[in-house]
Amino acid sequence: MAPVLEARNIVRDYAGAGGLFRRAQPVRALKGISFSVEQGRTLAVVGESGCGKSTLARIITLIDPATAGDLLIDGERIDIARQGLPPGLRRKVQIVFQNPYGSLNPRQKVGDMLMEPLILNTKDTAEQRRDKAMAMLVKVGLAPEHFQRYPHMFSGGQRQRLAIARALMVNPRLLVLDEPVSALDLSVQAQVLNLLADLQEEFDLTYVFISHDLSVVRYIADEVMVMWKGEVVEYGSRDAVFDAPQHDYTRTLFAATPVTDVAAIRARVARRRAAGIGAPAA
Amino acid sequence: MALLEIRNLSVGFETSTGRFHAVKGIDLDVHPREVLAVVGESGSGKSVAMLAAMGLLPKTAIIQADVMRFDGRDLLTMPDAQRREIIGRDISMIFQEPIASLNPCFTVGYQIEEVLRAHLNMGARARRARAIELFRAVGIPDPEGRLASYPHQMSGGQCQRVMIAMAIACKPKLLIADEPTTALDVTIQKQILDLLMTLQEDTGMGMIMITHDMGVVAETADRVVVMYKGRKMEEAGVLDIFESPSHPYTRALLSALPELATGDRLPTVSDFIDTQALAEGA
Repeated sequence: MAPVLEARNIVRDYAGAGGLFRRAQPVRALKGISFSVEQGRTLAVVGESGCGKSTLARIITLIDPATAGDLLIDGERIDIARQGLPPGLRRKVQIVFQNPYGSLNPRQKVGDMLMEPLILNTKDTAEQRRDKAMAMLVKVGLAPEHFQRYPHMFSGGQRQRLAIARALMVNPRLLVLDEPVSALDLSVQAQVLNLLADLQEEFDLTYVFISHDLSVVRYIADEVMVMWKGEVVEYGSRDAVFDAPQHDYTRTLFAATPVTDVAAIRARVARRRAAGIGAPAA
Repeated sequence: MALLEIRNLSVGFETSTGRFHAVKGIDLDVHPREVLAVVGESGSGKSVAMLAAMGLLPKTAIIQADVMRFDGRDLLTMPDAQRREIIGRDISMIFQEPIASLNPCFTVGYQIEEVLRAHLNMGARARRARAIELFRAVGIPDPEGRLASYPHQMSGGQCQRVMIAMAIACKPKLLIADEPTTALDVTIQKQILDLLMTLQEDTGMGMIMITHDMGVVAETADRVVVMYKGRKMEEAGVLDIFESPSHPYTRALLSALPELATGDRLPTVSDFIDTQALAEGA
């Protein structure tokens, strides 16, 4: 069976700044990215700001076309620059953005927001749409009485649940998650990650999980792809990447991640005490 | 003697539905030469408590405390003019969003010299020399040239270095860092935390690190205060917090860390404590 998502040598250029005597040079945000994701798996894309991971998310979600290269969804080649968005494809690929405060329409009630994708993409009757939206609210851990409320009445974690619910309304096969938990508190982050794991199991969903947080990636990913300046510097199974990183940049990234290991904390406290710095002895 | 001493601090705001208590009777001590981490999720009151101590809250805030003393001087009865002399010189603060905390209309050199002019009464040439020295101390390359840059011409990490340079310009006795690395990439976060710790160790100033990130706590703190919904849940040495947290909420925070996850699911706060009862003050 073909992988749900396959990218071959994806390139994306943005128009750069030019001048009166200087021709505009394109900025190459993606320099030939290749990968594939099988159904029910999670690919984590890791990198710092400016590495091209959000550009990649927009191309996978069919918002922007690639400048060159092939994007295959369910084995079918898609080129939205030439043929536009083929009918039915929006149902297959959905996205959840980072900031749940910015990605929900403040003037739209939750119920209308959830039903809108069904109006656009399906032939469901009003009653079917309503039932599906109610069921989805329960599925993401909210309640049917939330149907008539507005986004500002919800907390950050609840809004991210709403964004996930909206993405799942059309039964997508592929869900692109662009830093879905970065804006959330630690305990809320845990709830949303649990929810994503449950939903993946229930609907056999495929995730492309974009993140800069390595501890979250280690928890949720099957495969990991590390990007740096528009290139893939490391790509492999989670255990391979975390246990034996090959590229210098990956090792730098791991070294920069704070360690919560008790032995490391003890060493640091002892070093500071020896230097006459730190908390006074109790 | 404690550098900053706070007893029974409460902060409330009048809202249309009655008074909202953001901070409910907390005690806090910061000693010279130590780093105190104040940990909590959004809405826990950690920032509001510190802003109250500095007198930076709007007039609508209702601040009550039995004791609020800095370096033996009473902050509660102090006239505003005197307080302004202390704030910025003996107590300084770094905020979360470096680019938003700098004035976009002035060069960073002007802004750092403004601090020196306001507090230290230095001549123009001495100010410039000191500014260059400070930029060098916080690791800004080409300090002479950089003085003429505007904030938008610098990266987030560089802007945070400028903020730190401004904060340490008058050799403060206490530095309050409010989520100083939350908006930064992990490799930049590492650099900024290393810089702050080196400065703290070299100068022996007291430091309050406000954060929601247990990783940052593990890398910086000597002592830790855990806050939740305006109350202090636990106060202990950093080793005790990670090794044997005594309060259920602290245990919940730690177990929600993905890197410490043991099972298939991440535990959430409600697995540990009755959040409703805690909120009502039971």
